[in-house]
Amino acid sequence: MTYLAILGAVELGLIYAVMALGVFISFRTLNTPDLTVDGSFVLGAAVAAVICSGGGNPFAALLAAFAFGSLAGAVTSLLHTKLGIQPLLSGILVMLALYSVNLRVMGGAPNIHLMNSPSIFNLWQAGLFAGNAKLITAILVILIVFLFLYLFLQTRLGFALRATGDNEIMVRAAGINSNATKLIGLALSNGLVAASGAMIAQYQSYADVGMGMGMVVMGLASVIIGEVVFGVKPLLRRLLAVVLGSVLYRLIIAFAFSLGMPATDLKLVSAVIVAVALSSGALKSAVLKQKQ
Amino acid sequence: MIQIVELTKIFDKGTINEKVAVANVNLTFAAGEFVTIIGGNGAGKSTLLNCLAGNYAVDKGIIRLDGKDITNLPEYKRARWIGRVFQDPSLGTAYDMTIEENLAIAYHKNKSRGLQPGIRKKERQFFREKLAMLGLGLENRLKDKVGLLSGGQRQALTLLMATIVTPRLLLLDEHTAALDPVTAKKVLQLTRKLAENKEICTLMITHNMQEALDIGTRTIMMHNGRVILDISGEEREKMTVEKLMSQFERKSGSSLANDRMLLL
Ligand SMILES: Nc1ncnc2c1ncn2[C@@H]1O[C@H](COP(=O)(O)OP(=O)(O)OP(=O)(O)O)[C@@H](O)[C@H]1O
Ligand SMILES: [Mg+2]
Repeated sequence: MTYLAILGAVELGLIYAVMALGVFISFRTLNTPDLTVDGSFVLGAAVAAVICSGGGNPFAALLAAFAFGSLAGAVTSLLHTKLGIQPLLSGILVMLALYSVNLRVMGGAPNIHLMNSPSIFNLWQAGLFAGNAKLITAILVILIVFLFLYLFLQTRLGFALRATGDNEIMVRAAGINSNATKLIGLALSNGLVAASGAMIAQYQSYADVGMGMGMVVMGLASVIIGEVVFGVKPLLRRLLAVVLGSVLYRLIIAFAFSLGMPATDLKLVSAVIVAVALSSGALKSAVLKQKQ
Repeated sequence: MIQIVELTKIFDKGTINEKVAVANVNLTFAAGEFVTIIGGNGAGKSTLLNCLAGNYAVDKGIIRLDGKDITNLPEYKRARWIGRVFQDPSLGTAYDMTIEENLAIAYHKNKSRGLQPGIRKKERQFFREKLAMLGLGLENRLKDKVGLLSGGQRQALTLLMATIVTPRLLLLDEHTAALDPVTAKKVLQLTRKLAENKEICTLMITHNMQEALDIGTRTIMMHNGRVILDISGEEREKMTVEKLMSQFERKSGSSLANDRMLLL
């Protein structure tokens, strides 16, 4: 692998880590399999593409993406808590609806190119770290998101959110409105996912209505790789594991590319990674049985 | 303090599985009372407690707490006056969170849950003192995940969580049934200690009739959703398990032979 390939993988890994942290919030913290992600990722990218191509502030584009993504997550949560639709199906419904919404946001075009638009990754082209501007920006962003999330999960509200994923009965007995915590959790999760989508659009100078496909699986792959390689406790290490898992996942993909894997096989490889990781428990016990 | 008027709960109403679980129950409990509730399987004991806690919408009747009508208040809103311990030790705590985090969640019951720190230093000290009272050494394990605790330790912790903000009503649904006899005894002792508070009214469901008579100030027997016996004071002092059983057979018209209530 070339230095450039590794650098690119690390940059992508850090940007996608924001999405993976969102997936971590829904799948792990809230214990809810939320499939809104595939749609909210593109929503964030679309919102950012429209803002940036109109000459808007690229940071404002991230915040706007976060807001719209949160809205999508809130809708999924309300479909579940207010209308009694299963969480899995609620997510699928919103994901489907978002496909049309995203096309509308992009003005009916299936993609938007951002060739000379402002981006958080080209704020400075000269100076000391000009060569690594993208990497430094990515590191700064993930640091901020990471710190925010780490502190948030240790507030009273953060406690309520984590407990909701653990034991809803206990949460309500403690006087917490579990429907509200679920809503906040899914809004936060999809806000992060959309912000990640917005950054990817800026990083690649390109937003495409199909770019979210399988995003939830890639997020999950990062979360699981992180758990397997870096462990699951305490909280700080757990969050760090998600970020590192995301980077590792991108490095694995880049390595596979360098060995000649066609780019079109990416989704297949992602699915296999997640399937293997999720079945590792079953595989382990099968191997143990064989030995006996 | 707690007033239950003509309370009725019907499951699967209008279907062939229709079941009247609580039938027109009238009860009044005062602060400081410790009520043990007995009755056979399916008598409606758990349903009664669940109606009080707000798990179900009731079909008829009114529940008042300190004069306030709470019949239609959602569970999480009335939780501020109610502490609960369940039969299943895993239901009372968040297993993937630490002991101190669980206590903090219970401790902030009536406070706003915003971006304040989840646990403050002072609170941690307070939790340590409270845990020391349990006599289980949990005060040295504040940062251990609750998932690592035994069933008895979890029930003790849940009891502490249910009373750390003094509730008006403490609901215990066979909370020692899943424990081994020695641990059950310990948790029961702890229950007595924590329920001593004169502001709390405790309702405890049990299948152990001797225990039901030994502990508390009043005993209620349920059958088919109705209260068929309600004793306290001198009448209760003189009551024995044998007399209780013959009373049951007379009033319910059924035999206890195959019933789990026989458990002594
Ligand atoms: N959620 C429910 N849906 C339908 N029927 C129910 C439900 N919960 C309880 N019942 C029925 O209501 C009746 C009373 O049940 P309940 O659980 O209150 O009994 P119990 O006195 O607590 O019995 P046990 O000693 O076995 O715990 C039973 O016939 C039961 O089958
Ligand atoms: Mg019961």
